Amino acid sequence: MLDFTLDEEQRMLTDAIHRYAEERIRKVFRQADEAGEIPPEIIQAGWDIGVLPAAIPEQYGGFGDHYSAVSGALAAEELAWGDLSIALNILAPGAVAIPVLLAGTEAQKALHLPLFCEASLPHLAAALVEPLIQFDPHGLQSTAVRHDNSYVLNGSKCVVPLADTAQTFLVYANEHEKTQAFFVPADANGLSVGERDRLMGLRALPTFGLTLTNCRIPAENKLGGEGGIDFGLILNHSRVTMAATAVGIARAGSEYAREYAKQRVQFGEPIAQRQSIAFMLAEMAIDVEAARTMVWEAAWLLDQGRDATREVTVMKHFVDDMVVRVADQALQTLGGYGYIREYPVELWLRNARGFAALEGLAIA
Amino acid sequence: MISFEIPKEVLAENRVFAQIATDIMRPNALYYDEHEHERPSEFINAIWPIVRDRYREKWEQMVSGQANAQDDSRQDGPDTSILSFILMIEMMSWGDAGQYLCRPGRRLGGTAVEAVGTIEQKIRFLKRFTEGDQPAWGAMAITEPDAGSDNSAMRTTAVLDEETNEWVLNGEKIFITSGSLSLKESNGFCVVWATVDPSAGRAGIKSFVVEAGTPGVAVSPSMDKYGIRASDTVIVSFSDARIPYDNILGSPEVQQKKTSKGFQGAMKTFDASRPAVAASAVGIARAALEYTQEKLAEAGIEVDYTKPRHQLTAVERDLIDMEAQYKSAWLLTLKATAAMMHGEGNRLEASMCKAHAGTAVTKLTLKAVELLGPLGYSRDFLVEKWMRDAKINDIYEGTRQINLLIVARTILGYSRRELK
Repeated sequence: MLDFTLDEEQRMLTDAIHRYAEERIRKVFRQADEAGEIPPEIIQAGWDIGVLPAAIPEQYGGFGDHYSAVSGALAAEELAWGDLSIALNILAPGAVAIPVLLAGTEAQKALHLPLFCEASLPHLAAALVEPLIQFDPHGLQSTAVRHDNSYVLNGSKCVVPLADTAQTFLVYANEHEKTQAFFVPADANGLSVGERDRLMGLRALPTFGLTLTNCRIPAENKLGGEGGIDFGLILNHSRVTMAATAVGIARAGSEYAREYAKQRVQFGEPIAQRQSIAFMLAEMAIDVEAARTMVWEAAWLLDQGRDATREVTVMKHFVDDMVVRVADQALQTLGGYGYIREYPVELWLRNARGFAALEGLAIA
Repeated sequence: MISFEIPKEVLAENRVFAQIATDIMRPNALYYDEHEHERPSEFINAIWPIVRDRYREKWEQMVSGQANAQDDSRQDGPDTSILSFILMIEMMSWGDAGQYLCRPGRRLGGTAVEAVGTIEQKIRFLKRFTEGDQPAWGAMAITEPDAGSDNSAMRTTAVLDEETNEWVLNGEKIFITSGSLSLKESNGFCVVWATVDPSAGRAGIKSFVVEAGTPGVAVSPSMDKYGIRASDTVIVSFSDARIPYDNILGSPEVQQKKTSKGFQGAMKTFDASRPAVAASAVGIARAALEYTQEKLAEAGIEVDYTKPRHQLTAVERDLIDMEAQYKSAWLLTLKATAAMMHGEGNRLEASMCKAHAGTAVTKLTLKAVELLGPLGYSRDFLVEKWMRDAKINDIYEGTRQINLLIVARTILGYSRRELK
C-alpha cells in the first residue's frame, strides 16, 4: 500500500545517524576538508552505528536478515547530510559488500562477508571509475583476460577510496564486452596504488589512482563465479545509494540557507521575508523532496527484485542536476558569505558537482 | 513503511477510465478543442452512469451511518478512494484534460457540501448525483474580477432578509469551471463564496449553495481560452438572487478571529484539490511524453538508459529530462495523496506537488512541441494542444507563485504578515 512513512526500524536508524551526523560529523567536517583527512575516531563512531552489518545475514556474522536498498538510501542521505567525504568513507566498504551480497557465490559470501561485520572499518575498496573523458561503466577500458585458471587484468582506475590502506580490491574490468568484477589482493604482482587524487570536492576522503599491469589472479576471484555478475543490477544499487547522498547534501544546503535567511537582516528585515529569497528556498525544498521520492521509488523497485534500470537512470539524471542547482541556490542565498570558506555552503557545492562529473561513481 | 505499491483493486477500478480515455476522449480531443463551445456528449454520457453508481454507495454510507459520517476522522485503514480518484484524474487528463473538466458529478461544489454540510444538506444537495439518467454537475465559485489569488478581497455579498428568511446574493464570479453545466444545463448547483460582513475580512466569508434555475443568477456564454477549450468556463452574475436560509454551508456566525472556519474550510478543500490538479497535469505530461517518445522512436531516436550521460545526444537528454519532470511530479502527487489517505495533514505536500507539477508539465509540453518540430506545431496533432492545456495547471487552484508562497511560509514558519 502506497506509503511514504518510515517504519519503526528505519526511524531508529535515521535518528541514530542523524545524531551522529549532527554531534560528530558537523563538528569536524570543515577541518577535515581543509586538512584532507578525517579523524579516525569519527570514522569509528560512524562504523559503530552498524549500517552495513545490519544488511548482512546472521550466517555471515551480521545481524540483519536481508539487504534493503530503501533503508540503505535512508542511511546514506542522513550520513551525507553530515558530510559527503565522511559518509563515503563509512559507506565505502559497502561498495564491496553489497555486490558480494547481490552476486557473490556461496564461497565468496562466506569468505568476504564476515569481514564487514568486524568492529572496525574493513580494508576493502571498489575500483570502477577510469581516468577517461569517455568513461562508460558498461564499456570499461580495463580488461580481464582468462588464461587457464587465472585472469590477467590490465588498466587504470581513479577515485578509488581508501586505496592506500586497502588489503583487497574489487576491480571492475571488461571481459567479452561485459563489465565483471574481480577480487585483487593489494599485494598482487602488477597492481600499484598511485598518487592520491586531487579533486575539486571530496577533499577529506583519500582516493587514489590504481594501475593494473598484467596483474594475474586466480579464476575463482571473479565475483559470481564462472557466470559472473549482472553488473547493471550492482550499478543500479550503487546509484541509488549515491543519489541518496546527493539528496543529503541538497537537504543540508537547503536547510542551512533557510536558517541563514531567517537570521540575515538587510533593509530592516530578515531576507527570508523577501519573495526573491523565500521563493528560492521554496524551490529548493521542492527539489529536495522530489529527488528523495525518486530515490525511494528506485530503491523500492530494487527491493522488489524488479529491473529498475530506467527508473534509476531517470532518477540519477534528475538528482545529479538537482544537487548542483540546490547547492548553488544555497550559496546564492548567503551572498558573499556563501563564497567564504568559513561557511559550509561552498564545500557542499564543490561536493555536489562530483555526481554528474564522476558518471557512475560507484564507491558506495 | 515506504511503499510505492498501488493496490490491485485500485488499478482494476481505473481500467474503465483507461478505456474511456482511450476509446472516447482521445479520438474526440481535437474536435472539442476546435469546437470550443460544444459539449463532449459522448464522454459525458459514457462517464455519468459510472460516476453516479460509484458515488451512490459512498453517499449512502455518508447519510445513513450519520454519526460516523460526521466524524470521518478514522475508519479502518487508509482510504483508498482518494488514491482511486487521483488515478482517475490522471488517466482522464491523459485522455483529454478539456473533456475531463466537463465530467459530471458532485465535483468541487459537492465536495464542499461533503466537507462542511449537515446531514440534511448532504441529502438535499447530493442525492441528485446518485440517481437518474440525466447527469448533474456541482460547481464552485470563488474567483472574482478583482479577487484572484487574494480571494479574501471578494466583494460578492450575501445579506439575510429576515422577513423571508432568505440570503440575497449580489456580485460577480468569474472562471467558474462547469458553471453553465451546473447552473443552466443540468439540475445542478454552484457553491458560491460571499461575504456576510465586508468589514470582517476573511471571517465574513461564507459559502452558499445556489441551485440551477435560481432567479437573479445570470450565466455568461463560455469564455474563450488558450487551452482546455472543451471545459465550460463562465462568468456568473448575481442580482438580488434569493436562496433559502438553509443553503449556507457551515455556521453563519462571523467569528472575530483572524480567520474564520468558513475560510479555513475553503483553504482545506485546496489541500485535496491541489493534488487533483497536479494529477491532471501529470496525465497531460504522460500523454505528451509517450507521444514524443513514440514519434521519435519511429524516427530512430530512442534513449538507451544504460548509456552514460556524456554520451547522450541533446535530444536524448531532453527526453530523459522530460521523463524526470513527469516522474518527479507524479511521485510528489502520490506523496500528497498518501498523506490524505492515511489521514495526515498534507498542506505542504499539496502545495509542493501542485507547484512542481504545474511547472513540470508546462516545461515538458513546451519541449515536446520543440522536439517534434512541424508535427509538434501542427493543429492536426495533439502536441500543441497539450502544451496549451498544460498551462492551466500552472495557474488554477493557486498559481505557481501562490503555492511557492505557501511552501515558503510553511518551511520558514512565517505568517501571512511576515511573508507577503
